[in-house]
Order: sequence, then structure tokens, then C-alpha cells
Amino acid sequence: MEDLISLEKKINSELTTKVNSSKIKHGQIYLTIDSTDIIDVILFLKTNQQTKFKQLIDITAVDYPENDQRFKIVYLLLSHEFNTRIIIQFGISEGEKIPSLTKIYPSANWMEREVFDMYGVNFQDHPDLRRILTDYGFEGHPLRKDFPITGHNEVRYSEEAKKVIYEPVKLEQNYRNFDYESPWEGTKYIKNQTKK
Amino acid sequence: MSKQTKTLNLNFGPQHPAAHGVLRLILELNGEVVEKADPHIGLLHRGTEKLIENKTYAQAVPYFDRLDYVAPMNQEHAFALAIEKILSIEVPIRAQFIRVMFCEIGRILSHILNITTQALDVGALTPSLWGFEERETLMTFYERVSGSRLHANYFRAGGVHQDLPRGLEADIFDFTKKFPKIIDDLENLLTENRIFKQRNVDIGIVSKQDALDYSFSGVMLRGSSVPWDLRKSQPYDCYDQLDFKIPIGKNGDCYDRYLCRIEEMRESVKIIDQCLQRMPKGPIKSMDGKISPPPKKELKESMEALIHHFKLFTEGYRVDKDEIYTAVEAPKGEFGVYLISDGSSRPYKCKIRAPGFSHLQAMDYLIKGHMLADVPAVLGSLDIVFGEIDR
Repeated sequence: MEDLISLEKKINSELTTKVNSSKIKHGQIYLTIDSTDIIDVILFLKTNQQTKFKQLIDITAVDYPENDQRFKIVYLLLSHEFNTRIIIQFGISEGEKIPSLTKIYPSANWMEREVFDMYGVNFQDHPDLRRILTDYGFEGHPLRKDFPITGHNEVRYSEEAKKVIYEPVKLEQNYRNFDYESPWEGTKYIKNQTKK
Repeated sequence: MSKQTKTLNLNFGPQHPAAHGVLRLILELNGEVVEKADPHIGLLHRGTEKLIENKTYAQAVPYFDRLDYVAPMNQEHAFALAIEKILSIEVPIRAQFIRVMFCEIGRILSHILNITTQALDVGALTPSLWGFEERETLMTFYERVSGSRLHANYFRAGGVHQDLPRGLEADIFDFTKKFPKIIDDLENLLTENRIFKQRNVDIGIVSKQDALDYSFSGVMLRGSSVPWDLRKSQPYDCYDQLDFKIPIGKNGDCYDRYLCRIEEMRESVKIIDQCLQRMPKGPIKSMDGKISPPPKKELKESMEALIHHFKLFTEGYRVDKDEIYTAVEAPKGEFGVYLISDGSSRPYKCKIRAPGFSHLQAMDYLIKGHMLADVPAVLGSLDIVFGEIDR
């Protein structure tokens, strides 16, 4: 724990203005930075002798549709030598491009492709930004909060066409999202109706 | 006059017995030498992360069984630990031992599958026949404790679902006595086998630096002589009380990774043995009524228990607003869960970090310059399962 505190101080003193905020929780360091500084921060954390975050564990995004900066991009790094983990995050708005880490960590390639596929976030200078997990010719970005859980298209084998065809999703029953929170006071939609 | 050569594109998969699942590998070949490999994944994508966002925490657990389906409980463990850390739940010591024991059973399950199918890919049939018999025994342990051979849904935040049934401990103990002999038999078939060595030694070498750069973990990292195991370096549950060793490879080739897996199975047997000996009697899940459902018996008598039961199985428990990354040493490497909770009973975001994803990514780097026949050998030693890669 003391190591973490001194490490946090060290990172703050070296990166100074580049760090917007930092905290220690659950034995991990959380850093908030600006999207433009990501390359500098990562390079420092990877190469500095006292940090040595040599391994990129994962890159992901979080969607907050109600925020101006819609997406939060999260980088998870691990230092084997000092046995510490760091979580770096920054917000970006929709359509904003962020620098790719593929030159620093080769493994960022697929991770960034996944973020692109799932959230539609674009990466600058990525060598091969294709979809990765979804179907060939897929449209939309499934992990965005406004993407329906059922999706838009379904596939089946058509006896007439003698091939697999795509059709809009037809549900026998609508997807039901029950509201269980605090049933004693009545559910949210009843409350909204009575207000009117 | 020089000979005109051109590269040949070969489509390996999506349905190929040596692809270990639905992998479409587009290979660029120059004669028999692979010049480029482009894995197309996602054929088994089920949108696990999206589904979890729409389910309560308890309902999300079964999805973890369906990731790496050869070692289901190891994944549940990462998710349970994430919730426990956010809510700071104390896990009863018996539950910790049960969980660790079943994680090690999962490790053996996964390693048997990997070793024997790797042998199958390079031409040895017998190991898989012998190994699968043992897998069947282990899966009956799963079945007896959870009711299901594969998709266990057994770990809960705060412990496990139910206690071990009568007689199970004795049977697992029996297994730990017999199993080392089976490992010896497998080793007799493979370790010094001329063909097996010719196909695996010096194939798919990963240097220490590249193993780090490509985000390798687990055996892929240890095979390249990086001494790193989360069970030792960042111990969770009761791993810090147990005595076991971490085997490290030397050359980082397919053969070293095979040897690491064999040794890890022996260590796992030791861990299971220690768990059985040290496991005290006591509760198997957190006694907090807001998180663990009350025993069935109480429902008939206690109003409070009935309310708790009702609330837990409709709304589910709420998890405070927080974000956390927890990782466990799954058989294939570091399996992590990055969880963002918003105070409701459903996760706001649950990113699953699958070890196989980064391992398969390095396929192009690993196979470049190797022969076509080495593709299955390298794929086999990567230990990939598409359930976790495609999510």
C-alpha cells in the first residue's frame, strides 16, 4: 500500500499537468487524463524505471449517452516487476479520434479493433481498423447503450432461396424489462403517469 | 531463368478439427511456408457483455460458464471476486477452500483437454482417449456439487451456492491419489516421444520481450521464462495459505508450454489435496441476508427470510457505485473482469478480459516463416477456446 502511494506521488510529480486526477482504490491506481496526452502518459509509464508498466492488459470503452463526452476510454496496464496495476481513463465525445497504441504495445491492435467494433470509436494511425467480433457486413455498434439487446437483424436458412438470409428481427413477444426497484412505492411508469 | 512463384491463399476453417472451435484462419502460403496469417474471429460471438448489462448480478454468473467452457468455475471466480471487493464481503473460510479446490479441478480439466488435443493435432490419438476418461471423472465432481457437468453456476458473491454433498470429499481425495499415475502415463506417451518432440520442440518460440508486448499471460508467459502467476503474486481467496510451485519454461516453444502444463497439473493435485485436508466445517456463503438468499427451511417460518428471498430473486442485490478490475489465474492465463456498477442491481458495464484473445492475436507473429503443418501445433499450444475469445 505504501508503495502505491509513493508510486502515485511519483507519477503525479513526473506527469504534473497531464494528470487530471488520481486515486488509489482496491489496491489499484486510477488516473484520469486528457485524450491528447495518452501517448505521452503511456510511454512514460512503460519506459520509466520506477513504473515499468510493460504489459497492456486491456482497452475498453464505457458508454454514457447522457454525457457530453459520451465515451470513457479505459486502459488497464500491469507492471510485473512492481506487481501493480493502473487504470487510465479519459472521456471523448462521439466522432472524436484518439491515438492508437499499436506502436507502443502490439497487442493493442485487436483491443482497439474491438472498441471500434463495439462502440464505434475511431483510432488514428491504426494499421488495420476492421470489425472483429461482429458479422461480416454488420451495421451498428452493439455495446452502445442505445443499441437494442435483440439486435436489428436475424438470420435463418431459407428453403426457397436455398441459402442463409438476413431478415429484420421479429419477436413473438416484446423484450420485457421489468422494474423491480422498490415495488412498495409503485413502479416508475405508474409514478410518471400519476404525475401527469 | 528464374521460376515464377506466387503466394497461395488458404482458408483454414471455420470448421476444422484442428482449429479448436470456429476459427477462420486466412493463410498466405509460399509453397508450404506461411507468410501471413489473418485470424477471423467472432463466429461464436454471443454478446455476453451486452447481456450481462441487462441482467442482475446473480443472473450474470451463468454467462461466465459459457466463456471458457472447459474450466467454467475459474471464470465465475473472477466475477464473484469483483463483486465481493466492491461490497467488501467476507467470504467464509470453508467457501474459500471449496472455491480454490474447484478452480484447481478446472485447471486440470483444461490442461488435460489442451495437452491431449495438442497431441491429437500432431498425430497421437491415445492420450486423448486416456485423458478424457479422467475429465469425465472430474466433471462428475462438478455435477455432484452443482448439478451440471459443464455450466456449473456454482460460485456466488460471498461464497458458493451449496455445501459439498456427502461423500464427495472422499471421492476427490481418491482422485488425487490416483491421478498422478495418469499424468505419468500421459508423460510416458508424450514427453520423450520422438514424433511429439519433432513436432513441438523449437516451434512457435516466444521471446520474453514479445510475450510481454503481446499481453501474454498464464502458461504462454511462463513458458517464456517469466515467473508470473497471479495465484502467487496477487493471491486471492486462500491461495496465500497453500504451498505450491510455479513451473517455468526455458525456451518458450510449444514443447516447453506442454511441460509447464504437465507440471501445473501435478501442482494442482497438491493444492486440491491441501484444500481437502485444511477445509474446516462451517458456513459456505456470506451470512449477510442482503446478499445471500436464506436457507429454504427458514422461508416457511421467518417473514424476514421470505422478504429477503423475494427481493433477492426479483430485484437482486444492489452493488454500490464503483469500478474495479479483478483478475484470476485461469488455466489459460489472466482472466479479468472490469466491472462498473452504478448502485443498481445490474452492472452498468462488465468488460471481460479473456487470455485467449491476446494469445490468438499473436498468431501472425508466431506462425510467420513456419510450415503449414506447424499451424495446428502452434494453435494447439496457444490453448484457445472460442467461448472466451468471441465472448
